[in-house]
Amino acid sequence: MTALLSARGVVKSYGRIQALRGVTLAIEAGEIVAVTGPSGCGKSTLLHCLSAILRPDAGETSYRGERLDERSEAERSKLRRSEFGVLFQFGQLVAELTAAENVALPLLLAGTKRSEARTAALAWLERLGVAELADSTPGEMSGGEQQRTALARALVTEPRVLFADEPTGALDTLAGEQVLGHIVRLAREQETTVVLVTHDARVAGYADREIALRDGTLDPTGLGIAV
Amino acid sequence: MSLSGSVTAHVVLGLLASGARHGYEIKREHDERLPQAKPLAFGQVYATLARLARDGLVESAGEVKGGGPTATAYELTDDGRVALERWLGDVEPPAPQSTSMLLAKVVVALLVADGDRAQKFLVAQRHAHTARLRELTAAKLDPDASLGDVIAADFAIAHLDADLRWLQASLDRVTERKVVS
Repeated sequence: MTALLSARGVVKSYGRIQALRGVTLAIEAGEIVAVTGPSGCGKSTLLHCLSAILRPDAGETSYRGERLDERSEAERSKLRRSEFGVLFQFGQLVAELTAAENVALPLLLAGTKRSEARTAALAWLERLGVAELADSTPGEMSGGEQQRTALARALVTEPRVLFADEPTGALDTLAGEQVLGHIVRLAREQETTVVLVTHDARVAGYADREIALRDGTLDPTGLGIAV
Repeated sequence: MSLSGSVTAHVVLGLLASGARHGYEIKREHDERLPQAKPLAFGQVYATLARLARDGLVESAGEVKGGGPTATAYELTDDGRVALERWLGDVEPPAPQSTSMLLAKVVVALLVADGDRAQKFLVAQRHAHTARLRELTAAKLDPDASLGDVIAADFAIAHLDADLRWLQASLDRVTERKVVS
């Protein structure tokens, strides 16, 4: 069985700093996987390589059995818009747009009619319990509401994979739980694969399994490592 | 015999693993090595030794004479070593109450064995804690979970999270020490 996402011997450096030193792993369709480890261990870089935001310096990344790292920037960009959703810690909503406009944005960029995009955006805001904020701008929302809106925007294109990088890092415990609860529930409903980067064991508890990184490699004492 | 749940009995076995000791030495080493634990009362030391001797896990190694009165030294029997090994190999049920047992086990593992033994225990215990944390998280996400269920799960998760931080830090320290030495 071909893994949905895989990395083989992935190396990535920033100048003289080697962030990834040969990471090999496989993630199956429908899994919720936590990538864990201390700050600076390379987990965000790994997420960026798997989501085709970054191209590895060496090694291979694949999606549905096809090489990601060999694709052009235009192809990778198209893939990110259509197949992948990305959720960061904060600061990803456009401040001047309303919640509904923010959520509709990926659909508008993909050529969907404005009215259809708004209808879809409102439906996703409803699913995430923030429908009443459709016409509010990010500055008028709490951190948790902003993050649920950002999650709606990441999922509005119905991606096969959701990449979430410390998605609750800036939220208090209960707001973070709400976001994580939505991620797990919607991932199960949509059969979306989730790659969840976190340094927090309580957040990793929401995943089916954990891939532990340390100093840019898989932690030999880590948990649930798939090689 | 069953020593399940008796931290003191197992710590005494661990202290005797490196050689015979009398009661006072056991008390002194226990209090030094487990500073967070309640100091052992002499009566508790001798009662524990008597129980371990009755169960065939320790035996007299003869009388020793120090500055004070003559005292009986004790040493581990083969059964005592087996019991100690078994205890060190058992993963504790992940629960808030297991914390002092976790600490005792790591300290004794470092005392009677090398860093490898402590490392193996820490890794296995971390697996068990993480698996339990995942179960509790799933229980919280259950739509039928009551507020009481969620709050109880929160309590257990918070303790497990604290244990996990300590387990990881200990693992890092043991690994670092192994690399240096």
